Amino acid sequence: MVRETIRFWRQGQAIEVSGFHPRTTLLDYLRLQERRVGTKEGCAEGDCGACTVALGRVRGGRVHYEPVNACILLLGQIDGAELVTVEDLAAGGELHPVQSAMVEAHGSQCGFCTPGIVMSLFTLYHDGGRPLSRESVNDALAGNLCRCTGYRPIVDAALHVCGGQPDDAFATHAEQNVQGVEALADGQDIFIGDESRFFAAPASEDSLAVLYAQHPDATLVAGCTDVGLWITKGMAEIEKIIWLGRVTGLDRIEETSDMVGIGATVTHAEAHPSLARIDPDLGELMRRFGSWQVRASGTVGGNIANGSPIGDLAPALIALGSELELRHGDATRTMALENFFIAYRKQDRVPGEFVRRVTVPKLKGNEVFRAYKISKRFDEDISAAMGAFRFTLDGRRIAEARVAFGGMAATPKRAPETERALVGLSLDEPSTWGEAMAAIARDYQPLDDHRSSAAYRATVARNLVFKALSEAASGETRATRIIGQRDALQAAE
Amino acid sequence: MEVLRHVRKPLPHDSGPKHVQGVAQYIDDIREPEGTLHVAIGQSPKARGRLISLDVSAVRAMPGVVAVLTTDDIPGKNDVSPAFGDDPLFVNTEIGFLGQALFAVVATSRDIARRAVKKAVMEIESETPSITVEDALERQETVLPDYAYGRGDPAAVIAQAPVKLEGQFRVGGQEHFYLEGQVAMAIPGEDGDIHVYSSTQHPTEVQHVVARVLDIPDAYVTCETRRMGGGFGGKESQATQWAVTAALAARVTGRPCKLRLDRDDDFILTGKRHDFRCDWKVGVDEEGRIQGYAVDLLARCGYSADLSAGVVDRAMFHADNAYWMPAVHIASKRLKTNTVSNTAFRGFGGPQGMLAVEHVMDQIAWATGRDPLDVRYANFYRPGENVTPYGMEVEETDTLVNLVRTLEETSNYRARREEIAAFNASSPIMKRGLALTPVKFGISFTLTHMNQAGALVHVYQDGSVHLNHGGTEMGQGLYIKVAQVVAEEFGIAMERVRITATTTAKVPNTSPTAASSGSDLNGMAAKIAAGAIKKRMTAYAAEAHGVPEDQIAFRDDRVFIGNESLPFDELAKKCIAARVQLSEAGHYKTPKITWDRAKGTGRPFFYFAYGAACSEVIVDTLTGENRLLRTDILHDVGRSLNPAIDIGQIEGGFVQGMGWLTTEELVFAKDGRLLTHAPSTYKIPVASDVPAAFNVALYPNENREETIYRSKAVGEPPVMLANSVFCALVDAVHALDPAQPVPLHAPATPEAVLRACEALRGRPMG
Repeated sequence: MVRETIRFWRQGQAIEVSGFHPRTTLLDYLRLQERRVGTKEGCAEGDCGACTVALGRVRGGRVHYEPVNACILLLGQIDGAELVTVEDLAAGGELHPVQSAMVEAHGSQCGFCTPGIVMSLFTLYHDGGRPLSRESVNDALAGNLCRCTGYRPIVDAALHVCGGQPDDAFATHAEQNVQGVEALADGQDIFIGDESRFFAAPASEDSLAVLYAQHPDATLVAGCTDVGLWITKGMAEIEKIIWLGRVTGLDRIEETSDMVGIGATVTHAEAHPSLARIDPDLGELMRRFGSWQVRASGTVGGNIANGSPIGDLAPALIALGSELELRHGDATRTMALENFFIAYRKQDRVPGEFVRRVTVPKLKGNEVFRAYKISKRFDEDISAAMGAFRFTLDGRRIAEARVAFGGMAATPKRAPETERALVGLSLDEPSTWGEAMAAIARDYQPLDDHRSSAAYRATVARNLVFKALSEAASGETRATRIIGQRDALQAAE
Repeated sequence: MEVLRHVRKPLPHDSGPKHVQGVAQYIDDIREPEGTLHVAIGQSPKARGRLISLDVSAVRAMPGVVAVLTTDDIPGKNDVSPAFGDDPLFVNTEIGFLGQALFAVVATSRDIARRAVKKAVMEIESETPSITVEDALERQETVLPDYAYGRGDPAAVIAQAPVKLEGQFRVGGQEHFYLEGQVAMAIPGEDGDIHVYSSTQHPTEVQHVVARVLDIPDAYVTCETRRMGGGFGGKESQATQWAVTAALAARVTGRPCKLRLDRDDDFILTGKRHDFRCDWKVGVDEEGRIQGYAVDLLARCGYSADLSAGVVDRAMFHADNAYWMPAVHIASKRLKTNTVSNTAFRGFGGPQGMLAVEHVMDQIAWATGRDPLDVRYANFYRPGENVTPYGMEVEETDTLVNLVRTLEETSNYRARREEIAAFNASSPIMKRGLALTPVKFGISFTLTHMNQAGALVHVYQDGSVHLNHGGTEMGQGLYIKVAQVVAEEFGIAMERVRITATTTAKVPNTSPTAASSGSDLNGMAAKIAAGAIKKRMTAYAAEAHGVPEDQIAFRDDRVFIGNESLPFDELAKKCIAARVQLSEAGHYKTPKITWDRAKGTGRPFFYFAYGAACSEVIVDTLTGENRLLRTDILHDVGRSLNPAIDIGQIEGGFVQGMGWLTTEELVFAKDGRLLTHAPSTYKIPVASDVPAAFNVALYPNENREETIYRSKAVGEPPVMLANSVFCALVDAVHALDPAQPVPLHAPATPEAVLRACEALRGRPMG
């Protein structure tokens, strides 16, 4: 059975839409077709958050809302979800609690970012009695740029109104919404269009394998947080889109005593807790990965398959010794993650083959992991350099080292010279660390670009070797970090 | 004691409830008339050279394209510049920067228009562009003549001073990043009329330039602006080109036309804050008191003059900040580069001139071994030493020093200074820094004729009041402040005052909403208009009731006439029946100001606004990463019209300034391409960049000048409070080696900070 429409839940009703161009973004659908113009376009690349809307999906018997950037989300991707936009909040002319809080706190000036901020706060409001701190509100707002207020009143509004039990129309109609959203799930493949132009959303891995083998020229989309920009900025003439979001099985996280297996469509937000349990640095990396909006849409598999030279997550997963599993037709194969990245934006993936999952080994008792994301701005910024280290210790000596960097070469890449120089070093003899720090210059010839100069990248990488060794030696991060101090992170867990 | 019911109240922004519901209309939200067409800009792929040929036949051939506009379609003058005639709508021959508009496409959808512009074929004879200050100096190319003024012979004084210092200091530019990008919609009417909706700070200029380019009288053009999604100076002169392009498209096609720039195009096609190289020399005594100061402000203006005359003048006017300079020479160059024309940005050059002298203060502190705050105290204007380099007397010498002393105490500056020194002594990698810096900012347009405003007030028979003025709302809360003034004047509830969109059809010949002047000028004009109506209503009531005028009072929505009272709307009805005019156009011009640019002397500012900030940072000296830990601000807004709005301006201005000096970095490639052209690559502050300890207070200080309810302007001065963040970062790096000056320039990105750290460690970063 194939369905030729998408279906979503909106304001207590199931809505069906069909016959749209596969590239249609949710934002264009809202603004140009529904003519609902409360949701704004600020950047059309998922960075400013002015277009934030909430998507609700049923999890644990209730509708769980997440913020997404409508500008780079395809319309088809809202299939099966509840859609909430800024116009939906004020019931019967009465402001929603987050809207009142924003007005009372003087949280808007020019007002253009405000609808997006209201929607981020709406999702935070429904985020389930999570204790709120200024830091957690800042995390929730990292994907919403405001140029006027300086954020203080917005954060105050959030602290005032969020963090308790929701009391709004969505809470009142929770049961009806759960039923409405659940009723959308039918396990059918979606195919809208024809053989030359389509939006498809297979419901099973087998359907996906067949469809992709038939159309190896189709563009696979998981969260669309990168492909969205090809469309809005690159004006790419993508005609065939296969969305992975409905494929059962690919969305699974499997956790055993020695590894975490992450399916290709697991979002960053979903993977975050499991990864954080491997190591607090990995959790901190996920906290700073993109923004809440990006983490709610973007997937771990997509971040890898996309093959960005930075790919914030890949260096950390490489240093941990992760493996990647791919499928083509009925055949699957696995490889060490670092071998997947061949050259700039070129991966070891044949036409029609797709990423199935990545397996991340947990740390053993004698392994120490450190990851550092270096960017111009702490939050919502792509790294200038991203370094990850795993030291296997024999007492106070390094018996084995895995080091990987992003931003230092055309792909996320290991540092063999540095790894060799690290082996045998004593954590108690900093005077002997110089060779390992120098070796990094032989591993990488970084580029100058708008994020930083080659000289900065090289210097930072060298200094990070020193920092990783210092932290491994002391077991302490208070004297070496501004944010992401491990004792604080562990205490928060 | 004056009892005020609306003015000074922390009323929320009038559009607040609309903002939060998404029902506040921006231009792109206005329901488009049927058949509206969409415009996209065809851009130059080269930064400098000559356009030999332009073939748009493939563009025209694309389905959905209705028209292609080139220089041939311009009926009037091909010029959208604010003053100097050097900004063509479309390039004639000479290409000024990469991205410059060559033509425009008009199509049935925005998507088609954006795709179609890429189909043009052109031949360009390209030349090596000038990108940097140094490129322009080498070619000796400027957009306007050099300018200088001063007093005494600073070169001789410096030569003989006990301590002599000199250096070069770079201050970066800044992208406005208003959340609503540039947008305009033009609707053609009869007889060649054009109605233009423009997201502009300067509707009058849009009106004039549309008329100039279309070759029609000004009276045929109306420009309307209800609100902008942020302006910050970026829509003072540079909203015009897009409005004009939309108007030309409407003229050529006879249909409504809309132009909204994609964010990347907005970055590439519109100007930014000027970046500067400041070459400075100072001579001081052993106490660090300036004896002579000479600075050459080398501004990178881009390819045309735009507003660079005023911007660089204002950098010069603020090169002293708050410091007495017995012998001084302030010089400037307006350098021409093949980059987009730099423009107004909140502070209008003031921040750059001011940061340079704050950098010099730190240099003096290091050279004399004194605390940087003590060096600043030693140099503040004081009675008898209170004349600026441009000959204006600083009449209010007490305010700043008292304000700084108060902040020094409330921020616990001295104790924290010691605590930080102790921390740094025991922390080899992490270093903390602290700085307290002052702000003195001149209020008035330095072009004297611009200091005027108009307002139009109608009282209707039901007692509702229609309010219109020449100021534009860009989020700063101007509309609510002026409405408060009018409600106060009539003694009526705020709900009676209907705020209406700024339009050239109601209030003509206006100045841009800029220079922090919005509420000073328009508040006064509205008060004059409302006051005139009230006076006529009073006269009528006095006569009708046989009560002297001084026994008539307007308050609480009523009019008290002797022992009686009646509702405001009843009096309005009676006035109309008695043929009393209940409409008035008010006009205000700022008194006292003079400026003789040729002589470099006068009183260009009505008054100064003051403030100070104390900031503490932490720096990771292995990576250059840094964080602002705490900021305390004390700021002088006179007697505030609306303290909630003013606090919002102070906090927002400070955070915007902090972004300018830290993470916001504009990177141009050698070929002139802007590499940081979107929020993915250009990083403005996010919520977590704002310190949890952020203490902002208003300094109680009545404006000594007769401004609207003795308030002071607040739009721009707070930007420069962020100088404290930059100086604190410098202070933290300085802790690595107190014997050396810190070679840190703005913006202090992590890379720039690490570069300075490595230099102090004696292993320069390549």
